[in-house]
Amino acid sequence: MNKSEKSGPTKYLNPYVGGVLLGIVLLAANFISGRGLGASGAMKSVVITSITTIAPASSGNLGFVKEFRADHPGNPMKTWLVFEMTGVLVGGFLSGAFAGRLKFKVEHSPKITSKKRLFLALTGGVLFGFGAELGRGCTSGAALSGMAVLSLGGFITMMAIFGTAYALAYFFRKNWI
Amino acid sequence: MGPLSVNELISANTNLFLAFIIGIGFGFVLEQSGFSSSRKLAGVFYGYDTVVLKVFFTAAIIAMLGLLFFSLFGWIDLNLIYINPTYLTSAIVGGIIMGAGFIIGGYCPGTSFCGASIGKIDAFVFIGGLFIGILIFTLGYKIWDGMYLAKFLGFPKISQTLGLSDGVFGFLLILVALAMFWVAEWAEKRFPREEY
Repeated sequence: MNKSEKSGPTKYLNPYVGGVLLGIVLLAANFISGRGLGASGAMKSVVITSITTIAPASSGNLGFVKEFRADHPGNPMKTWLVFEMTGVLVGGFLSGAFAGRLKFKVEHSPKITSKKRLFLALTGGVLFGFGAELGRGCTSGAALSGMAVLSLGGFITMMAIFGTAYALAYFFRKNWI
Repeated sequence: MGPLSVNELISANTNLFLAFIIGIGFGFVLEQSGFSSSRKLAGVFYGYDTVVLKVFFTAAIIAMLGLLFFSLFGWIDLNLIYINPTYLTSAIVGGIIMGAGFIIGGYCPGTSFCGASIGKIDAFVFIGGLFIGILIFTLGYKIWDGMYLAKFLGFPKISQTLGLSDGVFGFLLILVALAMFWVAEWAEKRFPREEY
């Protein structure tokens, strides 16, 4: 928190300190709610709500919706992950406000255009959304939270995510460096 | 004592309220650590910025150690904690697809919400992509439900699979993490970096 640099935004937290704090948040989630953190599950609630609102008749035939409804009998938006991810938006906003980082912008390497960056973000999002459903959780729910409770599946998913990203990094390097 | 909600020491609605508070902590720490920037996140795959590796593994270890100690002190019953199930095929294939999404899109779901919270338009678009991807999975579930449900191994712990006690596995994981942190510090010195 260097206040002398008034021109630019505040520097980021030391990553090891950030890691300890994130670990404490994850520990608190387990201690309070008996579960880890997550992210993609909140979007799943949004998708299920959209499907059941737009096409209530046909949604009953979808096996994945049925499975979700069996686990969450009430309002699909009244789940732990939806409340948690709403908190993430608030917490991220507060942090950005304190640090002077609130700004609408498309962040991209100077070597690519904003349009290309947005196309890549959309493509990556589609893949990540699909993969997170297949893998029963994303980097937060499957990998990070799974590792904390020593889940074998969590470690496998973590290695598959990072291994693939490293394996493909060379081919996509021009988008980043 | 813990977990509080499973032991019904707090009500279901209190649990949801605390989920919101936990989320604020989650989002705040992610943003403070720089996870709202896709270029910073992608840095871990090129060595110029390894914040992801450091934060991710430090957090996993702190939470793991915390749970082991809480259990030792009798503060939490680990049998009541949600352990992610292991479906071998989907864990690997899902992870591979997510890895591709990560290097192409620059975010993961949690960090995209974090980026969106401070106004990153690419993060909003990534979230739109998440919606589409989950929608495709849901609508086409019949096509891939075989893969989704294949090779169910139950709820094994990696320590059991390797024939180690939780404590010994935890200790080895810390050693692996320290080695990775050392490589990460070396890589950051070697590859040029700027702050985003």
